[in-house]
Amino acid sequence: MRTLEELAERDPRLVLLTGDLGYSVLESFAKRFPDRFVNVGVAEQNLLAVATGLAEAGFLPFVYSIASFAALRPYEFIRNGPVHHRLPVRILGVGGGFEYGTAGASHHGLEDLGAMRLLPDLIVLAPADAEQASAALRATWDLPDPLYLRLGKDEHARVAGLTGRFRLGRAEQLATGDELLLVTAGAVAVEVAAARAQLAERGVSAGLLVAASLQPAPRDDLAAALDAHRVALVVESHYAVGGLGSLVAEVAAERGLGCRVVRHGVCGRADAVMGSSAHLLRAHRLDRIGIAETAWALARGGR
Amino acid sequence: MSGEEWGPRIRRIVLEESMRAGLGHIGSCLSVADLIGAVYRGVLRAEGPRDADRDRFILSKGHAALALYAALFLRGWLGCEQLARYGADDSPLGSHPHHAVAGIDFSTGSLGQGPGFGAGAALAARMLRSSRRVFVLVSDAECNAGALWEAVMFAAHHRLANLVVLIDANGQQALGATEEILSLAPLAERWRAFGWHVCEVDGHDEAALIETLRALPSDSGPPHALVAQTVFGKGVSFMERSLRWHYEPMTPSEYRNALAELEAAA
Repeated sequence: MRTLEELAERDPRLVLLTGDLGYSVLESFAKRFPDRFVNVGVAEQNLLAVATGLAEAGFLPFVYSIASFAALRPYEFIRNGPVHHRLPVRILGVGGGFEYGTAGASHHGLEDLGAMRLLPDLIVLAPADAEQASAALRATWDLPDPLYLRLGKDEHARVAGLTGRFRLGRAEQLATGDELLLVTAGAVAVEVAAARAQLAERGVSAGLLVAASLQPAPRDDLAAALDAHRVALVVESHYAVGGLGSLVAEVAAERGLGCRVVRHGVCGRADAVMGSSAHLLRAHRLDRIGIAETAWALARGGR
Repeated sequence: MSGEEWGPRIRRIVLEESMRAGLGHIGSCLSVADLIGAVYRGVLRAEGPRDADRDRFILSKGHAALALYAALFLRGWLGCEQLARYGADDSPLGSHPHHAVAGIDFSTGSLGQGPGFGAGAALAARMLRSSRRVFVLVSDAECNAGALWEAVMFAAHHRLANLVVLIDANGQQALGATEEILSLAPLAERWRAFGWHVCEVDGHDEAALIETLRALPSDSGPPHALVAQTVFGKGVSFMERSLRWHYEPMTPSEYRNALAELEAAA
């Protein structure tokens, strides 16, 4: 949000709209730019519709809501509005995956990346930490295409070695390894990096690739990394269908690569288990231990 | 702009091009011909279709696109050759409007989306300190859609006086009468209750519509809704209030009879 304020300072076209969410997050922007901040109320369809009307008139509207609400309720407005009109609306979906933990299934964003990836020319980003999110905003804020960005809730979490690197349409290789490749995006990357360290302690050498730019997809970077490994585990806090895992599998299949791709996301219905974000990640084996065990079994166990 | 009414001319083009293209939605186009005629002949300010500070028009009931194409043609923004390719392969003129066409401000076709686009456009005009206005034409049945009411609340809250919604109240929707499918009554009262200034008007009196639309204050006050009483299929007796003409193209003899009726009326 600080980055957004800096950009708003620079460009009077930038406006921020919210669907009545962002307590303790948006106040500073609203106070600094009261004429460029609009709370449309609990009305996500209209949030996207109003943003479309503003963008057609030359504004750069950023819309803010919880990932599941921002991506799913107004989905057809995203399609018929910014996507079909090719207008620079930026959708900030906060807290994808299980980041809203105890709030329950309605608040979990397990379909956003897949759903957004279906829309052509929509830029789809899932930065791994706040530094990378800031870099991603700086790299894309004034592009002509619409954008969806899954924004992590934890401003302080850092993926070691990423140091805020982001390139549109590229992936960032944080580590190389012989035995398997870990590919990830979004806030769960912190767990993946920790899992990689655990694997190293157990003598398993794993590469790590952060693919925050799902669309445009880093196809060449993915292909190069896959080509150098026998097996890849794609970890995402998202349904295993449609998101990053699917993207990586598409690249491997289309390029005819020999690397086996295993998707490690949420399988089946996820609304039965309740609890904290950490508990839910554990329950779906998306915490560092679950990821490390899954990876170890793949690298050494043959499955 | 000439004093001759555009509604009848739009109707004639609608019949000619529907016949040539073999497409339907004729009844809806005839229903809105005078509304669109009023806006494009006497109200919409624009130096040209790409004038950045032009008034905006959003045909939220996108299935009446041909009536809009006819108005763009009469305004001089759409060529004869382009119009003659309505519904043709590779033509940008489909049976719902696409923004790639100069003069089409927003693509539409999914009902209930236009008022929100319009509210954003009206808010943009205010933020830019522009005096431009935004007109959105919706069908009455479109008021079934929840998203429309989100935009209605938003526009009233922000007192977007530069936003005008014209409601084509022909009482008919895709599978029957609006009152039988999902009652809208009292439609004008509902819009009033949401904080809009509402005028109930005859949707076929082009001159009076122009006068009303020109007189609406656009610098302050609430947004405006015109509940325009219309007749589905207006101007062709056998199409009036007949559901068939929401869908079907004309046969050659129906076309001749329809044209003859329009000519007799003129």
